[in-house]
Formats: sequence, structure tokens, C-alpha cells
Amino acid sequence: MSASDDILGRSARALAKGIRDGELSSLDVTRAYLEQIHATEPALHAYRCVTSELALAQAQAVDRARASGASLGPLAGVPVALKDIFVTQGVETTCGSAILAGWVPPYQGTHAQRLADAGAVLLGKLSMDEFGMGSANENTPFEPVHNPWARDHVPGGSSGGTAAAVAARSCALGLGSDTGGSIRQPASLCNLVGLKPTYGRVSRHGMIAFASSLDQAGPMTREVGDAALALGVLAGVDPRDSTSLDAPVPDYLAAVDAGAQGQLAGTTIGLHRRALELDGLAPQVRDRFEASLAQLADAGARVIDIELPHFEHAVATYYVLCTAEASSNLARYDGVRYGLRRDRPSLRETYEATRHDGFGAEVARRILLGTFVLRADSYADYYGRAMKVRSLIAQDYAAAFARCDMIASPTSPVPSWRIGAKVDDPLAVYLLDVFTIGANLAGLPAISIPAGFTASAPRLPIGLQLIGPRLAEPALLRVAAAHEAANRWHLERPPASGGGS
Amino acid sequence: MARADYEVVIGLEVHCQLATATKMFSGCAYSIGDEPNTQIDAYTLGLPGTLPVPNRAAVEHALRLALAVGCEIPPLSRWARKHYFYPDLPKGYQITQADQPYALGGAIEIPDHDQPDDPLATRRVPLLRIHMEEDAGKNTHAGEYSLIDYNRAGAPLVEIVSLPALRSAAEAADYVRELRTIVRYLGISAANMEQGTLRCDANVSLRPVGATALGTRCEIKNLNSFKFIEAAINAEIRRQVDLLDAGEAVIQSTMSYDPGRDQTKVMRTKEAAADYRYFPEPDMPPLSIDAAWIAAAKASLPALPWARRRALVQLGLSAYDAGVLTADHELADYFDAALAACNDPSLAKVVCNWVTGELLKLLKTDHAEGLDDGDNTGGRLAGCPVSPAALAELIGHVEAGTISGRAAKQVLAKIFAEPGQSPAQIIERDGYRQVSDQAAITQMVREIVNAHPQQLEQLLAGKAKVRGFFVGQVMRVSKGQANPQVVQQALEAVLEQLAKTQEP
Repeated sequence: MSASDDILGRSARALAKGIRDGELSSLDVTRAYLEQIHATEPALHAYRCVTSELALAQAQAVDRARASGASLGPLAGVPVALKDIFVTQGVETTCGSAILAGWVPPYQGTHAQRLADAGAVLLGKLSMDEFGMGSANENTPFEPVHNPWARDHVPGGSSGGTAAAVAARSCALGLGSDTGGSIRQPASLCNLVGLKPTYGRVSRHGMIAFASSLDQAGPMTREVGDAALALGVLAGVDPRDSTSLDAPVPDYLAAVDAGAQGQLAGTTIGLHRRALELDGLAPQVRDRFEASLAQLADAGARVIDIELPHFEHAVATYYVLCTAEASSNLARYDGVRYGLRRDRPSLRETYEATRHDGFGAEVARRILLGTFVLRADSYADYYGRAMKVRSLIAQDYAAAFARCDMIASPTSPVPSWRIGAKVDDPLAVYLLDVFTIGANLAGLPAISIPAGFTASAPRLPIGLQLIGPRLAEPALLRVAAAHEAANRWHLERPPASGGGS
Repeated sequence: MARADYEVVIGLEVHCQLATATKMFSGCAYSIGDEPNTQIDAYTLGLPGTLPVPNRAAVEHALRLALAVGCEIPPLSRWARKHYFYPDLPKGYQITQADQPYALGGAIEIPDHDQPDDPLATRRVPLLRIHMEEDAGKNTHAGEYSLIDYNRAGAPLVEIVSLPALRSAAEAADYVRELRTIVRYLGISAANMEQGTLRCDANVSLRPVGATALGTRCEIKNLNSFKFIEAAINAEIRRQVDLLDAGEAVIQSTMSYDPGRDQTKVMRTKEAAADYRYFPEPDMPPLSIDAAWIAAAKASLPALPWARRRALVQLGLSAYDAGVLTADHELADYFDAALAACNDPSLAKVVCNWVTGELLKLLKTDHAEGLDDGDNTGGRLAGCPVSPAALAELIGHVEAGTISGRAAKQVLAKIFAEPGQSPAQIIERDGYRQVSDQAAITQMVREIVNAHPQQLEQLLAGKAKVRGFFVGQVMRVSKGQANPQVVQQALEAVLEQLAKTQEP
């Protein structure tokens, strides 16, 4: 095993410890990752931009700080990469859209700031579906991202670039955002841990808005411990986001370490059995899910049946609300102050040409849908009704959590698919969000963890999702760690990461 | 029908910019009159990833206004987005409050001209609501292109919406004037129409006298002076009377006023009106104003204009004087402080005359403007070199007979010229002290009488006018310091003596 393989094989948590202990230099770690990016990018297109100089400078600063005896942050020297939805001062931020191509933010977002404050090294920005709208990373004016487990397959979306990069070991941990499953679904399709925290747990300041009441940032990692490490850095109230929660940040790593003991006695897991009867649920996904559930039961968890009476309405509700908010949030891209501008003789023509050329088809579709549902004469039938259903869905979860600690389900009803296979059927792709959307509508924390692979070729990852009550991240991490301890999937390396498993 | 056969119904929407150090939803500093695009930050420009955070000071200002006019404050109110595309609107929507504003009801008291006998009679104009929102920037059209200044974008506003309860253009102007005075008393806004920190839109409709249903209304936008408020509303009333008399319907429209032609014209009709696609602002939780906050804000309210007017009339001032003093709360404060320093409530009228007369004259402003449309009623006392205590001292000297009223005016002028001098210092230094010593003045009178035998003869012959000549001579010789009353008395005594000695 080469020195580089040793570095790339370590978890972010192990890297941080190695650097803190002086066993590894931050510069060596950063160089190893930059080389890995160089090796994997031609096949994957996970990165929108690589900030090599900045990364090397930050790494040197960490090494200097360590040499001078200064105390190091919890992520000191850990190479991270951010979905391009996160605002990075001085580093181009496009949100995956032509309308923001070339935009270099003059301010720092909270996520980039907190990661930097914790000593993390920024490797670059990661590709995504335009404005977070998509499940395959194909809604992009740039190159589509490839799945490291099967190059002709999608990595999932919208945080597809983050998933591909973390899976391919071209960053130690990545940051994604999740509006309807955009962290968990690509994590599921790429054999990763993807954590969507409670709404408000992590600030939204500096995360470009898609649907404000649903958007939440979270880590995507190879191991559960890394997700806990990153969440500890990101979580906490932010005066720049008045929807951020002013709740104490618990010791997430302690929850992981407790879970890694493999004992789940006293934990009750809810099973919404009706959801498993879904037409679109792939048999292999169902098999892996039932196997995972059996493992959790073996570790001592009690599995009970719960009901989510409004489960079937979640997708429709979501697509009314998220398009409404998106149509509003994306109104600012008018070519007047920043981003793309198509000058035309009149203001109206300038707006039209700028937005026509700047937005892709899926974004345009959602803006149109959202504009329609907010019209004065359709508001009550669509937006107003969807808000009522949203409350009912949240009540369903609250009632379920009176009886169980968390709810288990598959993350995605299907494993990854071939690039291009579903581009002509947006509605079919919307329906793939069926398991993940509820957590966003109800503002609940949810995690997707590796749950094995398909038996048939190509060998594709499958994910298990756990949804908990508000602020139950420690419980989710504990169970996820127990599940991880019982399996070795997280240690496997994808073919497109330059090494064997 | 003639104009008199229609009842005019007017409702006003007044926007008032709140005087806070920073904007409504960001920590961006804001003040009026700065170089374009210098009062901006990432949020102001609507940069991606920025979020609104309510400014507590702005909410506090808005809350004090609502309490001052008697609004009900619901425990929770909500922010909403109002969408339209325009270059001066950075986010493509304005954050405002729609179906759940922070303040409901309340009223503004305006003078009731139906009761001419009682100058303090008022009529309550009920409010529908007050809500908070953020301002837009400013577009300036420069030939083929436009320039945009985002300084004002995001500045805090309150919009005060009246019920359609005003009955004339004059009442509408009164209403805006009273509202302006209230916000200035509260110190929450400069409320200057010229600078745009106070803006008014007027909804005007007509109905036959006696009808209960409201007629179709038209909204006149952007009335930026008291003169235009009255003129535009009257022009719109004429337009609607003409339409109705011709048997035509008024079409609900947005109007603009052309002062050159003294006419309103249609900007757009309701059919062409934008759909603003309001929906609840997801970037902020509902705004919670609890009972403790309300109580604290209530406790911080100053005495308001009508209460102060009534208090001044109680002191014996005329309603007119009370109006002049209270048009500017600083002037009213000054008066109260000066009167208190006099330690004699019966001097209210005297103090009022000094404040509204000599003092304002010396401050080189026309005090009549205080009741007028002028925006500059505030700040007149800024830099006034005469403290209320000094004015009270001066009045005290006049009342005690130490100096004459005429001398007192000169002393006041000298304090303006040489700030820092007290009245007593100037009186002593420049010899304004009045001589009331009877013996000395009698001696002076005797000498003058003896020196002017011809005039004495005329006086004794009954030519009363000559008396003034002698008094003037005494004042001249005494350099104005002789107490005129004492001089009169002394002259009387000397003449009586002379008359006795000349009797056969």
C-alpha cells in the first residue's frame, strides 16, 4: 500500500487524528487528495473547480499551526469539498447554473466559514443539478457527473458531484444540501453516509436557496463517524439565519462511539410496511432493506409497525411547495446585478433573454409550475392546500414518534440507472423521491447509510434510511454506527477510485 | 348631479421610512443622502445565499407607532413576499406583511371642522392596519439607459392604511399632517415628504349622498407634498364627478397626478394589474411580539400631539398658540421647560409669546410654517443658544421690573450673538437694569421740566400730548433705563406740585 493509498483509505476522523498527532502532515494529505482528483476527474467530472493553491496554502497553515503548538480545530488538515450551492468568498460559485457562471461571491457563507474555522482544507467546488433540482446530476449546463461504482450510471442528485467525489476518495468529506433527498439519495446511490439534519440545525446562510422551508445542508461521508465530526462543526445557531435553531450542539461523536458497540437494546424502530408495497420499489432494494432491518433487530432493536396515513401525498405536496418557493427564490436572477446578462433593447426583453438562456429546462419547468401555484386564482387550490397536507404529514410523523425512536425505509426505491435513461420522464424521476421527501416536509433529521449492493451486474450500492424526531441526530448516528459496525460495505472502494476493494 | 350630490370617500396608504441605523432585514448601515450604492451589503443586493434577519430596532419603532395610535398587536404576525420584476427590487420580491400584519385597527385624530366652536374638537379616522416592509432602491432614467441606486433598498418602512373614512382632500391632508406629527413626536422617522421618508397614495371614490355602498375607487400614487395631496384628490374628484354625470362608470384604476395640468390620469386599470403572488416568507419565522415588549414600548411613549394641545389650552393658551407650539414637539418641550423654570403657571401666555415670537424670529424661521405644509418644522431649535432656563430668567427680570420688555428683546438678541452669556450678565454689563429709584427719577423729571418751560406751559394749559415729550426726554437722559411707570408717576407728582405752587 502506497503512502497515498494509506491517506486516501483513512476516514476523515482518522486523518484529523493523524495530523493532530503529528503522524501525518496536512500538506502530504492535501497533495494526496489533489493527486487523486487529478487521477479521477477525467472519468467522473465531480468537481466544478479545484482550488489547489488555496488548499495547499491552508494545509501549510495547519502544519505551521501544529508546529507552533497552537490548538488545532476538529477538522484541521482534513480536505473537504463543497457542493457548488455553498457560497465561497473569492471562489466561483455557480449553483450548477449558467445564470451564475463566473460569479465570484464577495462574502463568505457560514458553511465555508465554519469549516475553515475548524481547520478544514478546501479542495474545491462540486458539481450538482442546477439549483439543486434533480436526482441524477443530469440537469446541468456543464458535464454530467459519473457514478464511481459504474461509470455509465448516474451518481444521483442533486448532490451528485459530492457523492461521486467522496466515493472516489477525491475528498475526505463533502458537503451537500437536501431539499427533498438531495443528500441521502446520491449517498444511497454511491455507498455513502448522507445526513440531512433537522431543519434549522445547520445555517442556510450562504447556501443558495432552492426551497427555503425545505433546504438543509449536511455532510456526505464514507463513514458514520465522519458525518458526526462534520455535523459538530456545522451545527449551531447562526445570527445570519433567523430560521436556524438556538439549541445546544450535542457530542455527535460520542453517539457514534456508543453505537459502534453494536448494542441497540432499548431502541424501537418503526416500519411503515405499506410503503414497501410501492409499485416502483426494486426487489433488490427491498431485499437489502429487509436484511438491514434484520441486522438492526439482531443488535437488539425492536421493530414495530407504524402508520403514515398521508404518505402517498408527500410527493405531490412537495412539488407544489418546492416549485412555489423556487419560483420566488430564483426571481433575483434577472441579469441586472450579477451573473449572466443578455442585453436587449428593452428591460423586458433583457429579462426574458437572460432567464431563457440562463436557466435549464428543469429549472424553467419548476419556475413555471411554482409561478402557477402562487397565482392569486390558484393559490388556495395548490399552495394553500399543500401547506395543509404538509401539516398533516408532520402530524403523522409526530404520532409515529410517540411509539418509536426512528423510522426505517429504503432511501431510494431503485439503485442507480444509466445516464440518460430517465431524462425524458421527469415525473418518473420525481416519484423516486417518495421515501426521502417526508423528512423535508416535516423538518426532520434523516440519514442514509450503506446497506449493500445489487446482486446483479453492475454491482450498484443500495442505501438504508433512518428518519428521527426533531434534533434526534445523536440517535440516528448511534443506530447508523451500530449498523456500520455490523457490516463492511463502507470499506469497499469503487472501481473508478483507482484502487481495488 | 352637482358635486354637492356626491359624497367623497377617501382612504390613504401612507409609507413612512423608519429612522434606524441599519436596514429592515440586514445590518447594512443606512442614512439618506449618501453617494449612490455606498449603503449596500450582500443582502441589499440580493446576492445568492443571503437571508433576511429582522432589525429589532425597526420593529420597536413600528411597535411604538402602533401603540401610539391605539392598534391591537397580535402575538404573532407573519412576513410575506410580494413579487414583481423591476431593476430597483434586488430579489424580485419585496418582503412585507400581507394577511397577518403586526398591527390592526387604531385611529388618527384629525381636527373636526364641523365643530367650529371647539377648536380642539377632533374626529377619529379609523385605521385598517399597519404593516412593516422593506423599501426598494431608486431608478433614475438617463436617456437610453437607467441608473440604479440601491442605497434605499431594504430601508425599513411602515405602511399605515386607513379605512375609507376621510371626506375631503383637506381632511386627507390633515390626516397626513397629524400622522407626520405623531411619528416625529415618537422620534421614529424624519417623515419628510420632499425626501421621500413620508409618501402617500390616496384611494378616492364617490357615492350618491345617503348611499351606504362604496363607489368604485381609483388609487392616486406617489403624492409627495401636502399641496399635491389636496390638489390631486380634488382633481380626481372632479374627474369622477364628470364621469358619473355623463352616465359613465368609474373603472378601478391606478392614477398619477400631473401638477402642470392639475389633472389625474390613468396609469393602468385593474384588469392590467400585476398578480403579486403573495406567499408566506419562508426565510423568517413568524414575528412574535409578547406582552412584556408591548408594555415596555407603551411605557416609552411620549405625550402625543392632541394630549399636549389640550394640556396647553388648560394652561390658558389659545388653541392657535397650542397648535403652533405642538406642531413641533421640540418647541412644545422647550415651552414646557421654560414655563416650568418660571415657577409660575400664570405666565403661560407670556412664555408662549416669547417662544413663538422673539425666539422663533431670532431662529430665523417662519413659525407660521409650523402649521403649514412645510416639511421643516423639525430641528428649528437645533443650536438654539438660549436654554429654556435662560429664557425663563429673562422673563423673570421683566416680570420683576428689573428690565423693560424692550430691553429684554435686546438682551435676547445679544445672547444669540454671544452664546454662553446669561441674561443677568448682559443686563449688568450693558446697563439694561431699569432705574426705579423714585427720588432719582423725580429729580431727573424736575430738571427736565425746568429746562423746558415752553412745553410745560402747553401741558399745564391742557395739551396732554406734551406729556409724552417729557417721558421721552427722561428716557433719553436715562439712556432708556428709567422705569417708564415710575417716570409717569414722578411726572404726575412734579406737575401736581407745580400746579399747587402756581396757584394764587
